[in-house]
Amino acid sequence: MTPHLHKDYVGAKFGMWLFLFTELILFGGLFILYAVYLSRYPAAFIAAGAELDLRFGAANTLILLTSSLFVALSITALRLGKTRQSLWLLAATVASALLFLVNKFFEWSAKIQHGLYPASPELQAREIGETVYFNLYYLTTGLHGLHVLIGAVVIVWVMVFIRQQKVHRDDWVILENAGLYWHLVDLIWIFLFPLYYLVL
Amino acid sequence: MSNYPAGDRGFLGDPKAPGFLGWIFSTDHKRIGLLYFWAIVTFFCVGVLLGLLLRLELFSPGVDFMSAQTYNATFTLHGVIMIFLFIIPGIPAAFGNLIMPIQIGARDVAFPRLNLLSWWLYMIGALLAITSLFTGGGPPDTGWTFYVPFSTQTASNASLALFAVFIIGFSSILTGINFVTTIHRMRTTGMGWFRMPLFTWSLYATAWIQILATPVLAITVSLVMVERLLGIGLFNPTQGGDPVMYQHLFWIYSHPAVYIMVLPGMGVVSDIIPVFARKPAFGYKAIVVSSLAIAFAGSLVWGHHMYTSGMSDNAVLLFSFLTFVVAIPSAIKVFNWVTTLYKGSIALDPPLLYALSFVLLFSIGGLSGLVLGAASADVHVHDTHFVVGHFHYVMFGGAGFAFFAAMHYWLPKIYGRIYSKKLATIAWGFMFVGFNLLYLTMQIVGVKGMPRRYYNYLPEFTDLNRLATVGSWVLAIGLVIMFANLFHSVLRGTPVGPNPWGGASLEWQIPSPPPTDNFGENDPVVTHGPYDFKEAGIL
Ligand code: HEM
Repeated sequence: MTPHLHKDYVGAKFGMWLFLFTELILFGGLFILYAVYLSRYPAAFIAAGAELDLRFGAANTLILLTSSLFVALSITALRLGKTRQSLWLLAATVASALLFLVNKFFEWSAKIQHGLYPASPELQAREIGETVYFNLYYLTTGLHGLHVLIGAVVIVWVMVFIRQQKVHRDDWVILENAGLYWHLVDLIWIFLFPLYYLVL
Repeated sequence: MSNYPAGDRGFLGDPKAPGFLGWIFSTDHKRIGLLYFWAIVTFFCVGVLLGLLLRLELFSPGVDFMSAQTYNATFTLHGVIMIFLFIIPGIPAAFGNLIMPIQIGARDVAFPRLNLLSWWLYMIGALLAITSLFTGGGPPDTGWTFYVPFSTQTASNASLALFAVFIIGFSSILTGINFVTTIHRMRTTGMGWFRMPLFTWSLYATAWIQILATPVLAITVSLVMVERLLGIGLFNPTQGGDPVMYQHLFWIYSHPAVYIMVLPGMGVVSDIIPVFARKPAFGYKAIVVSSLAIAFAGSLVWGHHMYTSGMSDNAVLLFSFLTFVVAIPSAIKVFNWVTTLYKGSIALDPPLLYALSFVLLFSIGGLSGLVLGAASADVHVHDTHFVVGHFHYVMFGGAGFAFFAAMHYWLPKIYGRIYSKKLATIAWGFMFVGFNLLYLTMQIVGVKGMPRRYYNYLPEFTDLNRLATVGSWVLAIGLVIMFANLFHSVLRGTPVGPNPWGGASLEWQIPSPPPTDNFGENDPVVTHGPYDFKEAGIL
């Protein structure tokens, strides 16, 4: 449209950072609820927290951390002109994302088989604070899972751009922004993991 | 500084983007601004019609022509339209897009395509809100605040309305990100932070609130939708949740949102008053700092909407104190505006007239806000018509009149044609009288004990209610004259030059209407402040 369209990399990244803030605050609402309800039902939260399987959580933490490494490496690779390597690393990131979701699926199914899902008879028989805990657990990890999915789609989209030479060694800000988004997804998990699996 | 040859209509008639599609897919900030402007004005007119209907129903006690359910749905729709479709996007999305990039000497905003996406999201949200009236269980009846538990249980179509709010919120976030980035990155040579016009400054403060507060609204309305659709209720006491937490989260957004509404209005007024007083803005830096202070302190006072909801006394005390603190930066601005006028050579043109009414009406609204901010007084007038009067004074008398001031100030720039000043003044007279008749009366009847959100009232309130309803008609006459005058001017007004008011900021240095690329080949170089009329050679 404008003939003077010039690329402002600092600006593009600046905008991305602002967007990441909004994502953090979106989850912030759920963190506030967690804090308030934890202080209201500490015993029930501890009892319910013990039901989560640490192995699933730890595995997913590892998967996400590794995937963040893949993204970071892919940016370096692209800047060095190693396009193929960069694409492989991105593919590995997407694969990790899928692995994470599969893992999540098994974790949720196991919980549901044990009768631990919102409004289940099992939960209704227990103290009401445990219902709150599992409501929060499903909504927060669900919202995070949605972000994992979105992040994976964004990365696939950038891969297409790289294939089409729209993103290349001299113009990689889109990849970097996608990487930033992926790190955010990772970062949020880094908070969810201790809150739901470790501290209780 | 000369205008075009006749027939050239600048960005309005850009040959590279002809026709309707050239508009709705344009990434030019001025075109997007106008798209917003016309959509917003349309929604405003619809909202006003609904408001008039509400007032008509209140003409006498008992059912006049609306059932209780219809009244509930009507004030909900009136509130949702006025808040989410008119006043929040009002000045920033319409005039911010039209004017702000020019004021800082930029060719466009930082992310033009994102800007277009924001407009589309806004329109989609608006369409969804309208669809919610005719689908599902009928028009939402929760009030614009969507309080649980009613909003999770009502059979009306609240889910779609909530989703609409979510989408519009997303649009608002994207505009905020765009504006902050633009103001950081796109200022032209010489446009230091303290040479920015105060309007741009106010948009900067507003954009930060949009970025930081709106996501809280997004998660809050999402949680209500989740409860309605999936039955997972984080605010539902039968599942251990706390409905008051909904109110906290809602007001953590919605109180800062009232500053999203009013800060840009303050910016408009801060830009207009110096031009028509022919004097630099008094206390430029104080106005800037107070904008930022309002943005900051405004995010800490949400609790004053909840004095009667069940909070600890300590929390009430704290929120009450903080509420008084926010009044200080607002008052600083009022003193600055008044002092700018002092010993000025005042030209009482329509933009100034509307700007001055802003100052007065906003002050009345702000002072009645202090009554509500004091917890002991609020307990008695909470949820009465006093509150309705109060927020119409700040939102309509404040932000709304600032929107009108902006129209009279900048539309000649955008269309290159000016309205009849005489008609604009007459319209103002009707509106000003009608406005006060309407809302002052509502405040009085509120203090006497008439609750809000009822289609009915006790017979002893009849006279005052009639007076208010008559006031709404006077106000409506004024609105009709004002819009007719402006619309006529857009098509057939007297052509004006680049600088009809003698402003010193950058938007007055390019032709009216501005060319598509604003400043042509060479970016402007700024050598003086936005109100340095001597340096600019205007005085
Ligand atoms: C001619 C113009 C207007 C008239 C006659 C009018 C009248 C009214 C009336 C009668 C009510 C309902 C009172 C009740 O029973 O609780 C109301 C509510 C409201 N009005 Fe207006 N109004 C007008 C303009 C505006 C404007 C410009 C705004 C915003 C900028 C606005 C925002 C609201 C809001 C937020 C509510 C509360 C809705 C709720 O309770 O959920 N109004 N108005």
